[in-house]
Amino acid sequence: MTIASTTEQICFVLLAATLVLGSLGVVLLENIVYSAFLLGGVFLSVAGLYLLLNASFVAAAQVLVYVGAVNVLILFAIMLVNKKESLASIPSLLSRRLLSGAVCLGLFGLLLRVAFTTAWPLPGPTPIGEEATFRIGEHFFSDYLLPFELASVLLLMAMIGAIVLARRDVFASDVITGEPADQGLIEKARTPLLTDRSKQPTAP
Amino acid sequence: MDLTAPVPLQAFLTLAALLFCIGVWGLINSRNAVRVLMSIELMLNAVNINLMAFSNYVDGELIRGQVFAIFVITVAAAEAAVGLAILLSLYRNRETVDMERFNLLRW
Repeated sequence: MTIASTTEQICFVLLAATLVLGSLGVVLLENIVYSAFLLGGVFLSVAGLYLLLNASFVAAAQVLVYVGAVNVLILFAIMLVNKKESLASIPSLLSRRLLSGAVCLGLFGLLLRVAFTTAWPLPGPTPIGEEATFRIGEHFFSDYLLPFELASVLLLMAMIGAIVLARRDVFASDVITGEPADQGLIEKARTPLLTDRSKQPTAP
Repeated sequence: MDLTAPVPLQAFLTLAALLFCIGVWGLINSRNAVRVLMSIELMLNAVNINLMAFSNYVDGELIRGQVFAIFVITVAAAEAAVGLAILLSLYRNRETVDMERFNLLRW
C-alpha cells in the first residue's frame, strides 16, 4: 500500500494501541461477553496491521475467518455455557498471577532482545504490493500444493470431529452389535456422569 | 522519532511479542475455559503478525510468510471448532467451565 510514512506511522500507533488495550481487556475483564467482543476488535486491528503490511488478501481472510467465524463461534459457546457460577477461591492465586506475570515479562524481554539484536537482512526486496494475491495463488498451486490439499482434509476432519463431539443425540441402537442403546442413560444427559463426587468414597 | 521514515520491522516484532506474552499470561491465569481458547487465538495472531512482518520486510518478492499465515489461519479455525466442541462436551459432563475443576487426570 502506498501511503505517506506519517500516515502509516499514525495508523500503526492507533492499531497497536487498539490491539494491546483490546487484548488486555480480553484477558483481564471479568465479564466474558465483553472479552469476546473485544477479541473481535483485536482481530479487526490485526487485519488493519496486515493492510499496512501490503497483504490485502490475508487481511480479508482474517476478517472473514476470525471475525466472521471464530469470534461468532466463541460467542455461541459463551451463550451455551454462560451459567453464573461462583468460582471457588484458590489459596495461592495472587502469587500464581505474579509468578506467571514475571515469566511473561521475562519472555517479552527475551523476544525484544532477539528482535533488536539480530541483524535482519534489511532492506529486503521491494514488496510486490497488490500482486500478492496472484503470488499466493501461484504458491498454492505449485510449491505449497500438498499443504494446501492437506489443509482441506484437516478442515473436513475438524468439522466431523466437532460434530461428533458436540452432538447430544446418539443412535438408538449400538452400531456394532445392533443392541438397543440404554435410552435412559442417554436422556439423563442433564445429570452429569462426572460431576465432583468427592463426598463419596470412590472405588479403587 | 523520525516521522518521515516507514514503520520499522522491530515495531511489528515488539507488538507481536507483547501480544504473545499477554496471550500466555491469559492462558495460564484464566479460570474460564472459553477465555483460555481466546488466549490461544491471541497467541496465534501474534505469530501471524510476525510472519506477515517478515514476509513484507525480508521476503517481499516471494511472500512465503503470507502463505504460512493463511495456513495458520486455517489451522486456527479448525482448532477453535474442535476446542469449543470439547468445551461443550466437558460442560455437559461436569456442568462447569472452571479450569480448576477439570482435574480428573491430575495425579
